[in-house]
Amino acid sequence: MEALIHASYPVASADYVSAGRASADIKKRLKQLGVGGDVLRRVAVASYEVELNLVIHSMGGHLDLDVYPDQVVLVSADIGPGIPDLSLAMREGWSTANEEARSLGFGAGMGLPNMKRNADDFNIQSEVGKGTTITMGFKLA
Amino acid sequence: MSEAARYHSVRLDVERCRGCTNCLKHCPTEAIRVRGGRAHIIDSLCIDCGECIRICDYHAKIAVTDPLADIQRFKYKIALPAPTLYGQFRGLRKTVYVLEALRKVGFDDVFEVARGADIVTRAIRERLRDPMLPRPVISSACPAVVRLIQVRFPELLDHVIDIRQPMEVAARVARMEFCKKHGVQPEEVGCFFITPCPAKMTAIHRPIGQQKSDLDGAISIMEIYGELLPHVEKMQSDPDFVPATGYGVAWASSNGEANAVCPESSLSVDGIPNVIRVLEEVENEKLSTLRYLEGNACIGGCVGGALTFENNYVAKAAIRQLVAAMPKEHPDKAVPASMLTKYPTRNDAPYEASAAMRLDDNLIAAMQKMNRMNQILETLPGYDCGSCGSPTCKTFAEDIVRGYCTEMDCVHLMKEKIRSMAQEMVALAQTVRE
Repeated sequence: MEALIHASYPVASADYVSAGRASADIKKRLKQLGVGGDVLRRVAVASYEVELNLVIHSMGGHLDLDVYPDQVVLVSADIGPGIPDLSLAMREGWSTANEEARSLGFGAGMGLPNMKRNADDFNIQSEVGKGTTITMGFKLA
Repeated sequence: MSEAARYHSVRLDVERCRGCTNCLKHCPTEAIRVRGGRAHIIDSLCIDCGECIRICDYHAKIAVTDPLADIQRFKYKIALPAPTLYGQFRGLRKTVYVLEALRKVGFDDVFEVARGADIVTRAIRERLRDPMLPRPVISSACPAVVRLIQVRFPELLDHVIDIRQPMEVAARVARMEFCKKHGVQPEEVGCFFITPCPAKMTAIHRPIGQQKSDLDGAISIMEIYGELLPHVEKMQSDPDFVPATGYGVAWASSNGEANAVCPESSLSVDGIPNVIRVLEEVENEKLSTLRYLEGNACIGGCVGGALTFENNYVAKAAIRQLVAAMPKEHPDKAVPASMLTKYPTRNDAPYEASAAMRLDDNLIAAMQKMNRMNQILETLPGYDCGSCGSPTCKTFAEDIVRGYCTEMDCVHLMKEKIRSMAQEMVALAQTVRE
Protein backbone atom coordinates (compact mmCIF):
# COMPACT_ATOMS: atom_id res chain seq x y z
CA MET A 1 0.00 0.00 0.00
CA GLU A 2 1.30 3.44 -0.85
CA ALA A 3 1.48 6.13 1.77
CA LEU A 4 -1.05 8.90 1.23
CA ILE A 5 1.03 11.42 3.11
CA HIS A 6 4.77 11.58 2.84
CA ALA A 7 7.11 14.15 4.36
CA SER A 8 10.87 14.11 4.76
CA TYR A 9 12.83 16.25 7.19
CA PRO A 10 16.60 16.61 6.97
CA VAL A 11 18.20 16.67 10.42
CA ALA A 12 21.75 18.01 10.83
CA SER A 13 24.23 16.74 13.38
CA ALA A 14 24.58 18.90 16.52
CA ASP A 15 21.97 21.39 15.27
CA TYR A 16 20.43 22.07 18.66
CA VAL A 17 18.80 25.29 17.43
CA SER A 18 16.44 23.48 15.05
CA ALA A 19 16.07 20.36 17.18
CA GLY A 20 12.41 19.54 17.69
CA ARG A 21 11.10 21.28 14.59
CA ALA A 22 10.58 18.10 12.58
CA SER A 23 8.66 16.40 15.37
CA ALA A 24 6.61 19.58 15.96
CA ASP A 25 5.61 19.61 12.29
CA ILE A 26 4.80 15.90 12.38
CA LYS A 27 2.50 16.49 15.36
CA LYS A 28 0.80 19.40 13.61
CA ARG A 29 0.17 17.37 10.47
CA LEU A 30 -1.30 14.49 12.42
CA LYS A 31 -3.62 16.85 14.29
CA GLN A 32 -4.76 18.32 10.98
CA LEU A 33 -5.50 14.79 9.80
CA GLY A 34 -7.59 14.19 12.89
CA VAL A 35 -5.14 11.72 14.46
CA GLY A 36 -5.38 12.33 18.18
CA GLY A 37 -5.46 10.76 21.61
CA ASP A 38 -3.13 7.94 22.49
CA VAL A 39 -1.60 7.54 18.99
CA LEU A 40 -0.71 11.22 18.77
CA ARG A 41 0.84 11.11 22.23
CA ARG A 42 3.00 8.13 21.35
CA VAL A 43 4.08 9.54 17.97
CA ALA A 44 4.90 12.84 19.70
CA VAL A 45 7.23 11.18 22.19
CA ALA A 46 8.87 8.80 19.70
CA SER A 47 9.35 11.38 16.93
CA TYR A 48 10.94 13.83 19.35
CA GLU A 49 13.28 11.18 20.76
CA VAL A 50 14.33 9.95 17.33
CA GLU A 51 14.87 13.49 16.03
CA LEU A 52 17.01 14.35 19.06
CA ASN A 53 18.97 11.13 18.56
CA LEU A 54 19.82 12.26 15.04
CA VAL A 55 20.99 15.63 16.37
CA ILE A 56 22.97 14.25 19.32
CA HIS A 57 24.44 10.99 18.06
CA SER A 58 24.41 10.90 14.27
CA MET A 59 26.52 12.52 11.63
CA GLY A 60 23.30 13.75 10.07
CA GLY A 61 20.35 12.11 8.43
CA HIS A 62 16.66 12.50 7.83
CA LEU A 63 13.38 11.70 9.45
CA ASP A 64 10.52 10.55 7.24
CA LEU A 65 6.83 10.52 8.00
CA ASP A 66 4.47 8.26 6.09
CA VAL A 67 0.79 8.11 6.84
CA TYR A 68 -1.25 5.17 5.58
CA PRO A 69 -4.97 4.72 6.09
CA ASP A 70 -4.23 2.22 8.86
CA GLN A 71 -0.93 3.36 10.33
CA VAL A 72 1.66 6.09 10.86
CA VAL A 73 5.25 5.15 10.05
CA LEU A 74 8.36 7.05 11.13
CA VAL A 75 11.71 6.21 9.56
CA SER A 76 14.94 7.74 10.76
CA ALA A 77 18.02 7.08 8.65
CA ASP A 78 21.48 8.50 9.24
CA ILE A 79 24.88 8.32 7.58
CA GLY A 80 26.79 7.16 10.62
CA PRO A 81 28.58 6.46 12.83
CA GLY A 82 26.50 3.33 13.53
CA ILE A 83 25.98 1.54 16.85
CA PRO A 84 28.57 -1.14 17.76
CA ASP A 85 26.44 -2.98 20.34
CA LEU A 86 22.70 -2.72 19.74
CA SER A 87 21.58 -4.69 22.79
CA LEU A 88 23.63 -2.39 25.01
CA ALA A 89 22.22 0.70 23.28
CA MET A 90 18.68 -0.51 23.89
CA ARG A 91 19.27 -0.66 27.65
CA GLU A 92 17.69 2.04 29.79
CA GLY A 93 20.21 4.52 31.11
CA TRP A 94 22.91 3.62 28.60
CA SER A 95 24.15 6.70 26.77
CA THR A 96 27.13 7.80 24.74
CA ALA A 97 26.01 11.44 24.61
CA ASN A 98 28.88 13.94 24.70
CA GLU A 99 29.38 16.80 27.16
CA GLU A 100 27.61 19.34 24.95
CA ALA A 101 24.48 17.21 24.78
CA ARG A 102 24.55 16.42 28.49
CA SER A 103 24.98 20.07 29.40
CA LEU A 104 21.73 20.72 27.50
CA GLY A 105 19.93 18.12 29.57
CA PHE A 106 20.02 15.30 27.03
CA GLY A 107 21.69 11.93 27.18
CA ALA A 108 19.71 10.26 29.95
CA GLY A 109 19.87 7.03 28.00
CA MET A 110 16.11 6.75 27.62
CA GLY A 111 15.84 7.58 23.91
CA LEU A 112 15.80 4.15 22.27
CA PRO A 113 13.87 2.37 25.06
CA ASN A 114 11.33 5.19 24.98
CA MET A 115 10.85 4.83 21.22
CA LYS A 116 10.43 1.10 21.52
CA ARG A 117 7.91 1.49 24.33
CA ASN A 118 5.79 3.99 22.41
CA ALA A 119 5.78 2.36 18.96
CA ASP A 120 3.56 -0.60 18.03
CA ASP A 121 6.31 -1.89 15.74
CA PHE A 122 9.95 -1.08 16.28
CA ASN A 123 12.88 -2.07 14.13
CA ILE A 124 16.48 -0.94 14.33
CA GLN A 125 19.28 -1.78 11.90
CA SER A 126 22.78 -0.47 12.41
CA GLU A 127 26.20 -0.97 10.91
CA VAL A 128 29.33 0.73 12.19
CA GLY A 129 30.72 3.03 9.53
CA LYS A 130 27.49 2.99 7.54
CA GLY A 131 24.66 4.26 9.72
CA THR A 132 21.50 3.46 11.61
CA THR A 133 17.94 3.07 10.38
CA ILE A 134 15.03 3.03 12.81
CA THR A 135 11.53 2.18 11.63
CA MET A 136 8.54 2.69 13.89
CA GLY A 137 4.92 1.87 13.16
CA PHE A 138 1.88 3.22 14.99
CA LYS A 139 -1.47 1.59 14.31
CA LEU A 140 -4.45 3.83 13.65
CA ALA A 141 -7.49 2.43 15.37
CA MET B 1 -23.65 26.13 16.41
CA SER B 2 -25.92 28.07 18.71
CA GLU B 3 -25.37 31.75 19.43
CA ALA B 4 -24.19 30.93 22.97
CA ALA B 5 -21.71 28.32 21.76
CA ARG B 6 -20.08 30.90 19.51
CA TYR B 7 -19.93 33.73 22.04
CA HIS B 8 -16.69 35.73 22.03
CA SER B 9 -15.92 38.86 23.99
CA VAL B 10 -13.28 39.84 21.43
CA ARG B 11 -14.94 41.36 18.38
CA LEU B 12 -14.31 43.56 15.40
CA ASP B 13 -15.51 47.14 15.01
CA VAL B 14 -16.11 47.02 11.25
CA GLU B 15 -16.22 50.81 10.90
CA ARG B 16 -12.72 51.21 12.27
CA CYS B 17 -11.05 48.27 10.52
CA ARG B 18 -8.75 49.27 7.66
CA GLY B 19 -8.05 45.72 6.61
CA CYS B 20 -4.33 45.96 7.47
CA THR B 21 -2.28 42.92 8.45
CA ASN B 22 -1.28 43.84 12.02
CA CYS B 23 -3.74 41.63 13.88
CA LEU B 24 -3.37 38.95 11.23
CA LYS B 25 0.33 38.59 11.92
CA HIS B 26 0.05 38.77 15.70
CA CYS B 27 -2.79 36.37 16.41
CA PRO B 28 -1.13 33.46 18.25
CA THR B 29 -3.68 30.94 17.03
CA GLU B 30 -3.89 32.26 13.44
CA ALA B 31 -7.58 32.92 13.95
CA ILE B 32 -7.82 36.11 11.88
CA ARG B 33 -8.26 36.56 8.12
CA VAL B 34 -8.64 39.75 6.13
CA ARG B 35 -11.28 39.37 3.44
CA GLY B 36 -13.01 42.09 1.47
CA GLY B 37 -10.89 44.80 3.09
CA ARG B 38 -11.69 43.96 6.71
CA ALA B 39 -10.67 41.49 9.36
CA HIS B 40 -12.68 38.42 10.27
CA ILE B 41 -12.20 36.37 13.42
CA ILE B 42 -12.64 32.62 13.06
CA ASP B 43 -14.85 31.60 16.01
CA SER B 44 -13.51 28.08 16.36
CA LEU B 45 -9.86 29.23 16.56
CA CYS B 46 -10.20 32.42 18.66
CA ILE B 47 -9.22 31.89 22.31
CA ASP B 48 -10.10 35.47 23.40
CA CYS B 49 -6.56 36.23 24.54
CA GLY B 50 -6.91 39.88 23.47
CA GLU B 51 -3.58 40.07 21.65
CA CYS B 52 -5.33 41.69 18.64
CA ILE B 53 -6.82 44.38 20.87
CA ARG B 54 -3.33 45.37 22.00
CA ILE B 55 -1.86 45.37 18.51
CA CYS B 56 -4.57 47.20 16.51
CA ASP B 57 -3.55 50.83 15.85
CA TYR B 58 -7.05 51.70 14.72
CA HIS B 59 -8.77 50.33 17.84
CA ALA B 60 -10.90 48.14 15.61
CA LYS B 61 -10.57 45.14 17.90
CA ILE B 62 -12.72 45.47 20.97
CA ALA B 63 -13.67 43.45 24.00
CA VAL B 64 -17.32 43.41 24.86
CA THR B 65 -17.89 43.63 28.61
CA ASP B 66 -20.83 44.94 30.60
CA PRO B 67 -21.22 48.67 31.27
CA LEU B 68 -21.22 49.60 34.94
CA ALA B 69 -24.85 50.71 34.58
CA ASP B 70 -25.74 47.08 33.93
CA ILE B 71 -25.51 46.26 37.64
CA GLN B 72 -28.80 48.12 38.06
CA ARG B 73 -30.58 45.08 36.59
CA PHE B 74 -30.33 43.60 40.08
CA LYS B 75 -31.75 44.67 43.38
CA TYR B 76 -28.49 43.74 45.16
CA LYS B 77 -25.11 44.05 43.51
CA ILE B 78 -21.89 42.30 44.49
CA ALA B 79 -18.51 43.25 43.02
CA LEU B 80 -15.91 40.50 42.62
CA PRO B 81 -12.62 42.25 41.86
CA ALA B 82 -9.79 40.29 40.26
CA PRO B 83 -6.66 40.70 42.40
CA THR B 84 -5.17 42.47 39.38
CA LEU B 85 -7.38 45.47 40.23
CA TYR B 86 -5.20 46.21 43.30
CA GLY B 87 -2.16 46.57 41.06
CA GLN B 88 -3.75 49.45 39.15
CA PHE B 89 -3.34 51.99 41.94
CA ARG B 90 0.14 53.34 42.49
CA GLY B 91 1.19 53.47 46.12
CA LEU B 92 -1.85 51.54 47.34
CA ARG B 93 -1.17 50.47 50.92
CA LYS B 94 -4.15 48.24 51.57
CA THR B 95 -6.45 46.23 49.35
CA VAL B 96 -9.40 47.26 51.50
CA TYR B 97 -9.32 50.81 50.08
CA VAL B 98 -10.17 49.44 46.65
CA LEU B 99 -12.97 47.34 48.10
CA GLU B 100 -14.46 50.36 49.88
CA ALA B 101 -14.22 52.36 46.65
CA LEU B 102 -16.24 49.67 44.88
CA ARG B 103 -19.01 50.17 47.44
CA LYS B 104 -18.91 53.88 46.74
CA VAL B 105 -19.60 53.39 43.02
CA GLY B 106 -22.78 51.42 43.58
CA PHE B 107 -22.08 47.91 44.87
CA ASP B 108 -23.83 46.66 48.00
CA ASP B 109 -21.15 44.14 48.80
CA VAL B 110 -17.67 43.15 47.72
CA PHE B 111 -16.07 39.72 47.65
CA GLU B 112 -12.40 39.41 46.73
CA VAL B 113 -11.63 36.96 43.94
CA ALA B 114 -8.31 36.65 45.78
CA ARG B 115 -10.34 34.89 48.49
CA GLY B 116 -11.70 32.65 45.75
CA ALA B 117 -8.07 31.98 44.82
CA ASP B 118 -7.35 31.08 48.45
CA ILE B 119 -10.17 28.52 48.45
CA VAL B 120 -9.10 27.19 45.05
CA THR B 121 -5.49 26.93 46.27
CA ARG B 122 -6.56 24.65 49.07
CA ALA B 123 -8.88 22.66 46.79
CA ILE B 124 -6.10 22.13 44.22
CA ARG B 125 -3.61 21.07 46.89
CA GLU B 126 -6.04 18.42 48.12
CA ARG B 127 -6.79 17.35 44.55
CA LEU B 128 -3.07 16.98 43.78
CA ARG B 129 -2.84 14.21 46.39
CA ASP B 130 -4.48 11.88 43.86
CA PRO B 131 -1.53 9.80 42.55
CA MET B 132 -3.43 8.93 39.36
CA LEU B 133 -3.32 12.49 38.02
CA PRO B 134 -1.08 12.95 34.94
CA ARG B 135 2.08 15.00 35.23
CA PRO B 136 2.26 17.87 35.07
CA VAL B 137 -1.23 18.89 36.14
CA ILE B 138 -2.09 22.06 34.24
CA SER B 139 -3.83 25.04 35.84
CA SER B 140 -7.37 25.88 34.70
CA ALA B 141 -7.25 29.49 35.89
CA CYS B 142 -6.49 31.19 32.57
CA PRO B 143 -9.43 30.52 30.24
CA ALA B 144 -7.41 31.55 27.17
CA VAL B 145 -4.85 28.85 27.95
CA VAL B 146 -7.55 26.23 28.51
CA ARG B 147 -9.10 27.16 25.16
CA LEU B 148 -5.67 27.01 23.55
CA ILE B 149 -5.35 23.45 24.83
CA GLN B 150 -8.84 22.60 23.55
CA VAL B 151 -7.92 23.83 20.07
CA ARG B 152 -4.24 22.96 19.67
CA PHE B 153 -3.42 20.37 22.33
CA PRO B 154 -6.66 18.42 22.85
CA GLU B 155 -4.80 15.29 23.94
CA LEU B 156 -3.51 17.26 26.95
CA LEU B 157 -7.00 18.09 28.25
CA ASP B 158 -6.80 15.35 30.87
CA HIS B 159 -3.83 17.24 32.35
CA VAL B 160 -6.00 20.30 33.04
CA ILE B 161 -7.15 20.28 36.66
CA ASP B 162 -10.88 19.81 37.17
CA ILE B 163 -11.16 22.59 39.74
CA ARG B 164 -13.19 25.75 39.06
CA GLN B 165 -11.68 29.15 38.46
CA PRO B 166 -11.29 31.48 41.48
CA MET B 167 -13.90 33.92 40.11
CA GLU B 168 -16.49 31.13 39.93
CA VAL B 169 -15.85 29.82 43.43
CA ALA B 170 -15.83 33.39 44.75
CA ALA B 171 -19.18 34.17 43.07
CA ARG B 172 -20.86 31.10 44.55
CA VAL B 173 -19.65 31.84 48.07
CA ALA B 174 -20.41 35.57 47.77
CA ARG B 175 -23.98 35.01 46.63
CA MET B 176 -24.80 32.35 49.21
CA GLU B 177 -23.26 34.28 52.09
CA PHE B 178 -25.07 37.46 51.04
CA CYS B 179 -28.43 35.73 50.74
CA LYS B 180 -28.03 34.07 54.13
CA LYS B 181 -26.94 37.26 55.87
CA HIS B 182 -29.66 39.47 54.41
CA GLY B 183 -32.43 36.92 53.92
CA VAL B 184 -32.85 37.58 50.20
CA GLN B 185 -33.34 35.31 47.16
CA PRO B 186 -30.34 34.32 45.00
CA GLU B 187 -31.93 35.72 41.84
CA GLU B 188 -32.20 39.15 43.43
CA VAL B 189 -28.41 39.30 43.65
CA GLY B 190 -26.15 40.20 40.73
CA CYS B 191 -22.52 39.03 40.88
CA PHE B 192 -20.14 41.02 38.68
CA PHE B 193 -16.52 40.15 38.03
CA ILE B 194 -14.16 43.10 37.65
CA THR B 195 -12.11 41.69 34.82
CA PRO B 196 -8.60 42.26 33.51
CA CYS B 197 -9.26 40.41 30.23
CA PRO B 198 -11.83 39.42 27.60
CA ALA B 199 -11.18 35.68 28.09
CA LYS B 200 -12.86 35.82 31.52
CA MET B 201 -15.87 37.57 30.01
CA THR B 202 -16.15 34.82 27.42
CA ALA B 203 -15.79 32.21 30.17
CA ILE B 204 -18.82 33.67 31.92
CA HIS B 205 -20.99 33.45 28.79
CA ARG B 206 -19.50 30.19 27.59
CA PRO B 207 -18.22 28.38 30.72
CA ILE B 208 -15.38 25.86 30.49
CA GLY B 209 -15.66 22.87 32.80
CA GLN B 210 -18.90 24.18 34.24
CA GLN B 211 -22.47 23.91 33.03
CA LYS B 212 -23.38 27.40 34.08
CA SER B 213 -21.38 30.32 35.37
CA ASP B 214 -22.15 31.69 38.83
CA LEU B 215 -21.45 35.20 37.57
CA ASP B 216 -23.99 37.53 36.00
CA GLY B 217 -21.55 39.67 34.08
CA ALA B 218 -18.16 41.32 33.93
CA ILE B 219 -17.02 44.92 34.03
CA SER B 220 -13.62 45.73 32.64
CA ILE B 221 -10.94 47.20 34.88
CA MET B 222 -10.37 49.78 32.16
CA GLU B 223 -13.95 50.99 32.49
CA ILE B 224 -14.22 51.09 36.26
CA TYR B 225 -10.71 52.39 37.01
CA GLY B 226 -11.59 56.03 36.44
CA GLU B 227 -14.65 55.78 38.69
CA LEU B 228 -12.70 54.17 41.51
CA LEU B 229 -9.60 56.34 41.44
CA PRO B 230 -10.95 59.43 43.28
CA HIS B 231 -12.45 57.24 46.02
CA VAL B 232 -9.32 55.14 46.47
CA GLU B 233 -7.21 58.28 46.81
CA LYS B 234 -9.48 59.72 49.49
CA MET B 235 -9.65 56.55 51.58
CA GLN B 236 -8.21 57.02 55.05
CA SER B 237 -9.93 54.79 57.56
CA ASP B 238 -9.32 51.09 58.03
CA PRO B 239 -12.69 49.35 58.08
CA ASP B 240 -12.86 46.13 60.04
CA PHE B 241 -12.39 43.43 57.48
CA VAL B 242 -10.74 40.04 56.95
CA PRO B 243 -8.84 40.20 53.66
CA ALA B 244 -7.71 37.43 51.37
CA THR B 245 -4.22 36.10 52.01
CA GLY B 246 -1.17 37.45 50.21
CA TYR B 247 -1.04 34.12 48.38
CA GLY B 248 -4.48 34.77 46.90
CA VAL B 249 -3.59 38.34 45.90
CA ALA B 250 -0.38 37.10 44.28
CA TRP B 251 -2.46 35.11 41.74
CA ALA B 252 -2.60 38.40 39.82
CA SER B 253 0.96 37.88 38.62
CA SER B 254 2.61 34.99 36.87
CA ASN B 255 3.94 32.39 39.33
CA GLY B 256 1.57 33.54 42.10
CA GLU B 257 -0.63 30.51 41.61
CA ALA B 258 2.22 28.02 41.19
CA ASN B 259 3.88 29.38 44.34
CA ALA B 260 0.69 28.98 46.37
CA VAL B 261 -0.31 25.60 44.98
CA CYS B 262 2.90 23.65 44.48
CA PRO B 263 6.10 25.57 45.19
CA GLU B 264 8.11 22.34 45.42
CA SER B 265 7.57 21.24 41.82
CA SER B 266 6.02 23.73 39.46
CA LEU B 267 6.68 25.87 36.45
CA SER B 268 4.94 29.05 35.37
CA VAL B 269 4.96 30.42 31.87
CA ASP B 270 3.38 33.59 30.48
CA GLY B 271 2.65 34.86 26.98
CA ILE B 272 0.84 32.60 24.49
CA PRO B 273 3.85 31.79 22.27
CA ASN B 274 5.80 30.77 25.39
CA VAL B 275 2.87 28.74 26.68
CA ILE B 276 2.72 26.93 23.32
CA ARG B 277 6.42 26.06 23.55
CA VAL B 278 6.01 24.62 27.04
CA LEU B 279 2.89 22.66 26.04
CA GLU B 280 4.92 21.13 23.18
CA GLU B 281 7.35 19.91 25.84
CA VAL B 282 4.51 18.44 27.88
CA GLU B 283 3.30 16.73 24.71
CA ASN B 284 6.76 15.23 24.18
CA GLU B 285 6.68 14.01 27.81
CA LYS B 286 9.72 16.12 28.61
CA LEU B 287 8.10 17.65 31.70
CA SER B 288 6.62 14.55 33.27
CA THR B 289 8.63 14.91 36.48
CA LEU B 290 6.91 18.25 37.08
CA ARG B 291 3.76 18.27 39.21
CA TYR B 292 2.11 21.58 38.35
CA LEU B 293 2.14 23.90 35.37
CA GLU B 294 0.73 27.41 35.49
CA GLY B 295 0.20 29.03 32.11
CA ASN B 296 -0.95 32.61 31.56
CA ALA B 297 -1.89 33.99 28.17
CA CYS B 298 -0.69 37.48 29.08
CA ILE B 299 2.85 38.64 29.75
CA GLY B 300 3.32 38.94 33.51
CA GLY B 301 0.08 37.05 34.20
CA CYS B 302 -3.34 38.69 34.69
CA VAL B 303 -1.67 42.07 35.38
CA GLY B 304 -0.91 42.02 31.63
CA GLY B 305 -4.57 41.58 30.67
CA ALA B 306 -5.81 43.53 27.66
CA LEU B 307 -8.44 45.33 29.77
CA THR B 308 -6.10 46.67 32.44
CA PHE B 309 -5.09 50.29 32.77
CA GLU B 310 -1.66 50.20 34.39
CA ASN B 311 1.55 49.06 32.69
CA ASN B 312 1.89 45.36 33.45
CA TYR B 313 5.39 45.65 34.95
CA VAL B 314 4.34 48.52 37.21
CA ALA B 315 1.25 46.57 38.27
CA LYS B 316 3.34 43.48 38.97
CA ALA B 317 5.64 45.52 41.22
CA ALA B 318 2.61 47.03 43.00
CA ILE B 319 1.17 43.57 43.65
CA ARG B 320 4.51 42.34 44.97
CA GLN B 321 4.70 45.26 47.41
CA LEU B 322 1.15 44.74 48.60
CA VAL B 323 1.76 41.03 49.13
CA ALA B 324 4.98 41.70 51.03
CA ALA B 325 3.04 43.81 53.51
CA MET B 326 0.33 41.18 54.04
CA PRO B 327 0.27 38.40 56.65
CA LYS B 328 2.15 35.27 55.53
CA GLU B 329 -0.55 32.76 56.39
CA HIS B 330 -0.97 30.05 53.74
CA PRO B 331 -4.49 29.32 52.40
CA ASP B 332 -4.14 25.78 53.84
CA LYS B 333 -4.54 27.43 57.25
CA ALA B 334 -6.52 30.53 56.33
CA VAL B 335 -9.28 28.65 54.52
CA PRO B 336 -11.34 26.48 56.88
CA ALA B 337 -11.89 22.91 55.67
CA SER B 338 -15.64 23.51 55.92
CA MET B 339 -15.44 25.88 52.93
CA LEU B 340 -14.53 22.96 50.69
CA THR B 341 -17.44 20.84 51.85
CA LYS B 342 -19.94 23.69 51.87
CA TYR B 343 -19.22 25.05 48.39
CA PRO B 344 -18.54 23.23 45.12
CA THR B 345 -15.01 23.59 43.79
CA ARG B 346 -14.92 20.67 41.33
CA ASN B 347 -16.03 21.03 37.70
CA ASP B 348 -19.43 19.71 36.72
CA ALA B 349 -18.72 19.48 32.98
CA PRO B 350 -15.83 17.97 30.99
CA TYR B 351 -13.30 19.98 28.95
CA GLU B 352 -14.37 19.40 25.35
CA ALA B 353 -11.79 18.87 22.62
CA SER B 354 -12.10 21.14 19.62
CA ALA B 355 -11.89 19.76 16.08
CA ALA B 356 -10.92 23.15 14.61
CA MET B 357 -7.48 21.98 13.44
CA ARG B 358 -8.85 19.04 11.42
CA LEU B 359 -8.91 19.41 7.65
CA ASP B 360 -11.73 16.89 7.41
CA ASP B 361 -13.62 14.48 9.66
CA ASN B 362 -12.71 11.63 7.33
CA LEU B 363 -9.05 10.54 7.50
CA ILE B 364 -8.71 9.78 3.77
CA ALA B 365 -10.36 13.06 2.76
CA ALA B 366 -8.11 14.91 5.24
CA MET B 367 -5.05 13.28 3.68
CA GLN B 368 -6.16 14.32 0.20
CA LYS B 369 -6.64 17.87 1.39
CA MET B 370 -3.22 17.88 3.03
CA ASN B 371 -1.57 16.73 -0.19
CA ARG B 372 -3.34 19.41 -2.17
CA MET B 373 -2.27 21.93 0.47
CA ASN B 374 1.36 20.92 0.05
CA GLN B 375 1.13 21.12 -3.74
CA ILE B 376 -0.31 24.62 -3.51
CA LEU B 377 2.32 25.63 -0.97
CA GLU B 378 5.08 24.78 -3.45
CA THR B 379 3.67 27.29 -5.94
CA LEU B 380 3.53 30.09 -3.35
CA PRO B 381 6.41 32.57 -2.89
CA GLY B 382 6.86 31.94 0.85
CA TYR B 383 7.04 35.63 1.74
CA ASP B 384 4.34 35.27 4.42
CA CYS B 385 3.37 38.85 3.53
CA GLY B 386 -0.27 38.55 4.49
CA SER B 387 -1.51 40.41 1.41
CA CYS B 388 -3.82 37.53 0.55
CA GLY B 389 -5.53 37.99 3.91
CA SER B 390 -4.13 34.83 5.49
CA PRO B 391 -1.30 35.15 8.02
CA THR B 392 1.22 32.91 6.21
CA CYS B 393 1.61 31.12 2.87
CA LYS B 394 1.00 27.88 4.76
CA THR B 395 -2.32 29.03 6.21
CA PHE B 396 -3.21 30.47 2.79
CA ALA B 397 -2.74 27.02 1.21
CA GLU B 398 -4.88 25.58 4.01
CA ASP B 399 -7.57 28.24 3.45
CA ILE B 400 -7.72 27.39 -0.27
CA VAL B 401 -8.17 23.70 0.52
CA ARG B 402 -10.85 24.55 3.06
CA GLY B 403 -12.59 26.58 0.35
CA TYR B 404 -12.22 30.01 1.96
CA CYS B 405 -10.25 31.61 -0.90
CA THR B 406 -8.59 30.93 -4.25
CA GLU B 407 -5.03 30.98 -5.59
CA MET B 408 -5.59 34.33 -7.27
CA ASP B 409 -5.98 36.00 -3.86
CA CYS B 410 -2.16 35.82 -3.75
CA VAL B 411 -0.91 39.09 -5.27
CA HIS B 412 2.34 37.45 -6.32
CA LEU B 413 0.66 34.62 -8.20
CA MET B 414 -1.69 37.22 -9.67
CA LYS B 415 1.27 39.32 -10.89
CA GLU B 416 2.75 36.24 -12.53
CA LYS B 417 -0.57 35.48 -14.16
CA ILE B 418 -0.92 39.04 -15.47
CA ARG B 419 2.63 38.96 -16.81
CA SER B 420 2.09 35.72 -18.67
CA MET B 421 -1.27 36.89 -19.99
CA ALA B 422 0.33 40.15 -21.18
CA GLN B 423 3.01 38.16 -22.98
CA GLU B 424 0.33 36.06 -24.63
CA MET B 425 -1.46 39.22 -25.74
CA VAL B 426 1.73 40.64 -27.22
CA ALA B 427 2.38 37.40 -29.04
CA LEU B 428 -1.19 37.35 -30.25
CA ALA B 429 -0.97 40.98 -31.42
CA GLN B 430 2.13 40.15 -33.42
CA THR B 431 0.49 37.22 -35.19
CA VAL B 432 -2.48 39.44 -36.05
CA ARG B 433 -0.20 42.14 -37.54
CA GLU B 434 1.58 39.65 -39.74
